[in-house]
Amino acid sequence: MSERIDKLREKSFKAVPSISAERARIITRFYRENEGKYSPCMMRALSFMALCRDKTIWIGKEELIVGERGPAPKVVPTFPELTCHTLEDLHTLEKREKVNYRLERDVLEVYEQEIIPYWSGRTMREKIFSHVPGEWKSAYEAGMFTEFMEQRAPGHTTLDDLIYRKGMLDLKADIDQALFGLDFLNDCQATEKLESLRAMSTACDAAIVFAERHADLAAELAVQEQDPVRKQELEEISRICRRVPAHAPRNFREALQMYWFVHLGTITELNGWDSMNPGHLDQHLYPFYKADLEKGILDREQAKELLGCLWIKFNNHPAPPKVGVTAAESGTYNDFTNINLGGLKSDGSDGVNDLSYLLLEVIDEIHLLQPGCNVQISRKTPDHFLREACRVIRKGYGYPSVFNADVVVAEQVRAGKSVEDARSGGTSGCIETGCFGKEAYILTGYLNVPKILELVLNRGTDPLSGKQLGPDTGDPEGFSGFDELYSAFEAQLNYIVDLKVRVNQYIEQMFARYMPAPFLSAVIRDCIENGRDYYNGGPRYNTNYIQCCGIGTVTDSLASLKKHVFESGSVSMGEMLEALAADFKEREPFRLELVNRTPKFGNDEDYADSIMEKVYDSLFRTIDGRPNTKGGQYHLNMLSTTCHVYFGTKLGATPDGRTAGFPESDGTSPSHGADRNGPTAVCMSLGKMDQVKSGGTLLNQRFLPDVLKGAAGLVKLSQLIRGYFRMEGHHIQFNVVGTATLQAAQENPEDYRDLLVRVAGYSDYFCDLTPDLQAEIMMRTAQEEF
Amino acid sequence: METKGIVFDIKRFALNDGPGLRTTVFFKGCPLSCSWCHNPESRVFEPVLLFRPARCIRCLRCVEACPANAVAVEAGLPVTDPGLCTVSGKCAEVCPSEAREIVGREYSVLEIIEEIRKDRVFYEESGGGVTFSGGEPLAQPEFLAALLRVCRAEGIHCTLDTSGFAENKVFLKTASLADLVLFDLKAMDPETHLRLTGVYNKEILENVVSLSAGGTEILIRIPLIPGLNDDERNITKTGEFVLGLPKIPGVELLPYHPVAKEKHERFSFTYLGPAAEVYPVERVDEAERILSGMGLSVIRRDRD
Repeated sequence: MSERIDKLREKSFKAVPSISAERARIITRFYRENEGKYSPCMMRALSFMALCRDKTIWIGKEELIVGERGPAPKVVPTFPELTCHTLEDLHTLEKREKVNYRLERDVLEVYEQEIIPYWSGRTMREKIFSHVPGEWKSAYEAGMFTEFMEQRAPGHTTLDDLIYRKGMLDLKADIDQALFGLDFLNDCQATEKLESLRAMSTACDAAIVFAERHADLAAELAVQEQDPVRKQELEEISRICRRVPAHAPRNFREALQMYWFVHLGTITELNGWDSMNPGHLDQHLYPFYKADLEKGILDREQAKELLGCLWIKFNNHPAPPKVGVTAAESGTYNDFTNINLGGLKSDGSDGVNDLSYLLLEVIDEIHLLQPGCNVQISRKTPDHFLREACRVIRKGYGYPSVFNADVVVAEQVRAGKSVEDARSGGTSGCIETGCFGKEAYILTGYLNVPKILELVLNRGTDPLSGKQLGPDTGDPEGFSGFDELYSAFEAQLNYIVDLKVRVNQYIEQMFARYMPAPFLSAVIRDCIENGRDYYNGGPRYNTNYIQCCGIGTVTDSLASLKKHVFESGSVSMGEMLEALAADFKEREPFRLELVNRTPKFGNDEDYADSIMEKVYDSLFRTIDGRPNTKGGQYHLNMLSTTCHVYFGTKLGATPDGRTAGFPESDGTSPSHGADRNGPTAVCMSLGKMDQVKSGGTLLNQRFLPDVLKGAAGLVKLSQLIRGYFRMEGHHIQFNVVGTATLQAAQENPEDYRDLLVRVAGYSDYFCDLTPDLQAEIMMRTAQEEF
Repeated sequence: METKGIVFDIKRFALNDGPGLRTTVFFKGCPLSCSWCHNPESRVFEPVLLFRPARCIRCLRCVEACPANAVAVEAGLPVTDPGLCTVSGKCAEVCPSEAREIVGREYSVLEIIEEIRKDRVFYEESGGGVTFSGGEPLAQPEFLAALLRVCRAEGIHCTLDTSGFAENKVFLKTASLADLVLFDLKAMDPETHLRLTGVYNKEILENVVSLSAGGTEILIRIPLIPGLNDDERNITKTGEFVLGLPKIPGVELLPYHPVAKEKHERFSFTYLGPAAEVYPVERVDEAERILSGMGLSVIRRDRD
């Protein structure tokens, strides 16, 4: 690591996240002064321009890549137009024990006097909640599902190579051409398209303004600078910021700065989920890297330092602060940028290049919270690359996670994308499959699948709130057999998914109408050609995902009912229901029998695994193929992030012996401690899930460091991955850490501040996790030898 | 009649029992009695009762269930009198918390093969396969031979992990069916061998020589047991013996693992082995130096 990167890394690591009211103030003043004057998309474009023109510009010492969303590193803006924090929210964010945000000096005052008075009754969140039906609200409050769009905008957006070929001026030329082509005589939406396109053009101008201001500041700083070396660096920064993003980059360094300006533009415009993502960064940058090496204007170490500068920029941008349920489902500073390495090129050839290896070195040396990173492994990927990735995995940062590029392609082709587009796609956020640069693939919220079974066992009533959330599917004591129980489960599932989708449809139209994203639209393929916003079906592909949680818990619970109630009759349905209602109090031996005598998912035994297949198939049939409002479809996603912990708190005792409030199984992993036959058995169980029909699955594996030691351990880890991928597994990720280390970190958090662990589809600092999540990670089955 | 055998565990994702990712089948019963044995439950051929006090919830169902009245409550904890216990398995059947378990049962060849087949994908990806270990697999030679034949026919790589203590003719006929034989050489001096393992090593050494002559791939493994066999003299003697084999195999060093003591306690066996301490890496280095100095290829798994 160079001295520069070392210093920048230390500063970024130590900076305390804080909230600034600057963005809120600029946007509020703009809206107050201009309300009603413009169409919503032009309002968005012009308010984006106001932000780019008025926000504080930051150029830090030692920096080579410049630009911050906030006034300084790790200072986070708010988005009151979506959800306006109350003073109480702000206090909570400051005072809460974990993932807290310091408040900049004037935040409370500005919020009280300007922000809250203006936005009260005008935010997207209020617009959304004012129109949702009562039964939706009850189900939402009961933890049947969550709603992604209540505090953040739709996103999960990843770029392709467009911005390395076209600058903002080129995009504006494309927009002009699209404007020229509008058919006002025959297209009833032509005027609407005109507005959208003009908004995109204005947004491109705003990005240029933003960069120009950096160029001006760098030039100014250069004049004042005494150190001749830094003076030259600042002059170079100034030159580059005048070049990009107005024009396409010409070399490696310009390409990095180009990306970073586009990244900042999208996360300033709105706070879309999962930040922004460069996608196949190694593939996009390689042509510049190669050309610069050949010209002799760049060497490997310089390239590495520049990449390090970019890496630290990601870490300078903690997630926008969330409150309530959304904080519970993803309470982390991590904003989920997840960079893809390796994979396939669009022509189907292997995508690994020198930069893929160089980036593994960068990740290893910098190992900060952000950005996350994954490797895409296809049949064509060299074993050497996989092993080098395993070498980093073994260090225990929790990244890179590992994806099966062939399955990621197959999932997209099944969903109707062209094979070339599918290959240029990959995975972002945690594990979500998407066609990079060409698709809006929107997560809509998590579905609490075990709670659907709870409804079945309580005739549609939620035992916690006492409210009737689903239809009365009959008295379980009267069920003639497992099949009748299962039919009731499908009926409840269908009802709840209807409820969820009905509101999703409404919310996405609200965003299309009131909160378009013209800058984002300009950099995603086909929005310009279609004259439509990213949120309004503009991109080439438009997918909605519903993320299903707790497949392990629901499978084991169904297996328990099948075996103990319907087959052996060792316990009656009445007794089972009584025990669940009592949370197994005074019934510990019975609970342990359920824990130990129930065939469970994850052991490569067909009894439980076939129930998992049945549930997965029901989820698929209920969700997949439903139309969304943007010309695309709903698909299934098997991801829980940290929502399995929140959902667990909303779920009573379950027939698998899990007590009330305990976390559900995470992602598509087996329930905690249920898998007893080792990782190959887990992989074979997961192999029975037809993952190609999903938009992603998530498998956590935890290893004790000893198991993977030595050169042989590295090779064997890579072979385990290859075996799982041959079974068409989508994803696998590893925590390589001993329980003793985690215990020590709980006892002495100060000594373990930089202990990264894999949580869901992202890594986080162990000491920043809530006690519940810490416990959850420690409970994950540790694969060991002996 | 179908051959059956007693097995006490089948472990998938075994990483240290031969090349690649493997499934290891642990045969029950061993004619040797090494004090440092990692699998003390495997010594006798009959099933044994395992009791894990930490898991016991003191529901005392086992006291009721025992047909021999062998379980008595001592300080709240149900303790089985080994003198009265008939290993009926009734206490394990009623135990809800898996504190009680019967270790070892009879399997048919097909049952074992079905377990072995499950990880075929991983064997193929890694050059792995199945390992027959124990106990001493050659103590059940017909069962072992039947398994080896089926695996060979199905193209599954077979490793045999053996002490080599078996009648020569039976040994050769069976061991030569394996693709790789892991041969444990515990001590070269016959009297020391007797003291450490309960048997002389004459047959063992003869078996190594004749198997080597037959061309079967062999890997010699030396368990390094502190103070018992890790002296320079024994290491050198072992090296000399290996150098004299018709086809000189590699030598793997297996430093003593302190898990042995804890495992003895779990099964209420008296532990007479060395103190439960991590084996010092310098002593492994020393053994490696001696053997490498003699021109042998030394394998270690305790480092990169």
